[in-house]
Amino acid sequence: MSTLKLDLENYKELLKEYIRTKDEQALYQAEQFSKHSMQHNISPEEIINIHVQSLQEIYPEMPADIQASMNFLLETMISYGLAYQEHQALREKQLELKSELSVAANMQKTLLSTNKPDFNGIDIGAISVPAKQMNGDYHHFVQDQEGSLGIGIADVIGKGVPAALCMSMIKYSMDSFPHKRMDPSVILESLNRVVERNVDSSMFITMFYGLYNPQDHKFYYSSAGHEPGYYYHHEQGEFSEMDAPGLVLGVTKDAEYPQKEKLVEPGDMIIMLTDGVTECRQGDRFIEPEEVLEIIKEYMHLPAQEMVEQVYKHFEKLQDFQLRDDFTLVVLRRDV
Amino acid sequence: MNLTIDVTNKEHKSVVSLSGEIDAFTAPKLKEELLPLTKEEGKTVEVDLNNVNYMDSTGLGVFISALKSTKEHDSELKLVHMQERVHRLFKITGLTEIMNIDSTVQGGI
Repeated sequence: MSTLKLDLENYKELLKEYIRTKDEQALYQAEQFSKHSMQHNISPEEIINIHVQSLQEIYPEMPADIQASMNFLLETMISYGLAYQEHQALREKQLELKSELSVAANMQKTLLSTNKPDFNGIDIGAISVPAKQMNGDYHHFVQDQEGSLGIGIADVIGKGVPAALCMSMIKYSMDSFPHKRMDPSVILESLNRVVERNVDSSMFITMFYGLYNPQDHKFYYSSAGHEPGYYYHHEQGEFSEMDAPGLVLGVTKDAEYPQKEKLVEPGDMIIMLTDGVTECRQGDRFIEPEEVLEIIKEYMHLPAQEMVEQVYKHFEKLQDFQLRDDFTLVVLRRDV
Repeated sequence: MNLTIDVTNKEHKSVVSLSGEIDAFTAPKLKEELLPLTKEEGKTVEVDLNNVNYMDSTGLGVFISALKSTKEHDSELKLVHMQERVHRLFKITGLTEIMNIDSTVQGGI
């Protein structure tokens, strides 16, 4: 109570000073006073109350009507006071949510983490960066019992928390598939059924799945409506699109995913990405797919991991360090 | 960038003319306008995309929902005057195979 009293004295002096001098300085002090009051959770009607009390002390002869009008004003300020209290409560709530979200984001990182395997004869690079806190992109490496390497790269439509939760579901369904042989077309067909059954109608997932067999150096792949990857032919020094027809996951129950294959020669490279890479924008301009390949070419001499990191840095800079969409790039290169 | 949505209602047909960009910010508004139209039995909902130069996967989500809704309510969804850039998205995702999309693509392929 003593501080409030002090404030009352203070307010009264300030008011007196201002009425006497009409000086800007006193107005400035009034501003400081209100800031200070806000810090101490003093409501608007309390300020009016202080004003009324000060007036009464400065002008003991104040007409009764004016005094009554002051009570009227006081009453009208009460709703503002309540709104202000609510605002404070929301601010606290917002801070709470923010910290919960960062806990969730960390948990997602742990749940969805995948280890980039050391694979004899293949140099692997992978990077995945979310645009916001939660990542709606996903990539996954797995080795089956026959020694082949499976790589899945996926993008869930929509961003943020729902997208992230959806990805966790995909990851756990993939983990529950038998590890005997992971044919891309079979994997996508099974996942499609999982997504179709379990996910809201406006949500869907695109996915590219590849399987590399180190015995015969063949790469098998299928796509569920995913952004096509690229294949680099080392000998010709040329890129070609790696496209396979297939509908996005979760639209119809009985979608089929034809499987294609490629013989991977020494030095050849397989590039898998999400639309966060190809839909980059520089200001209002969209970048063309050729530009992505040019940048990849520029850093191709580096080891695969360094290469994907440099390519990411390039596009991050191009977009003023503000990603519009989650960015994922995975590269496999057969050793020469 | 904004999205303008104009709906013209005829007896058994609604024409939805869109202009602007369909992305995470504008898609919810589109969904709100488009979905109720697909819930009328026997209705054809024609979406004119002539003035849409950008769409991201969130936009695809709206059209997938609309397609599913037409199947439930026995109505029809038709996409016309699609720009090349937007068409590419429908093609990659395999949706050109299951959606009624006007084949005369703007800008030509």
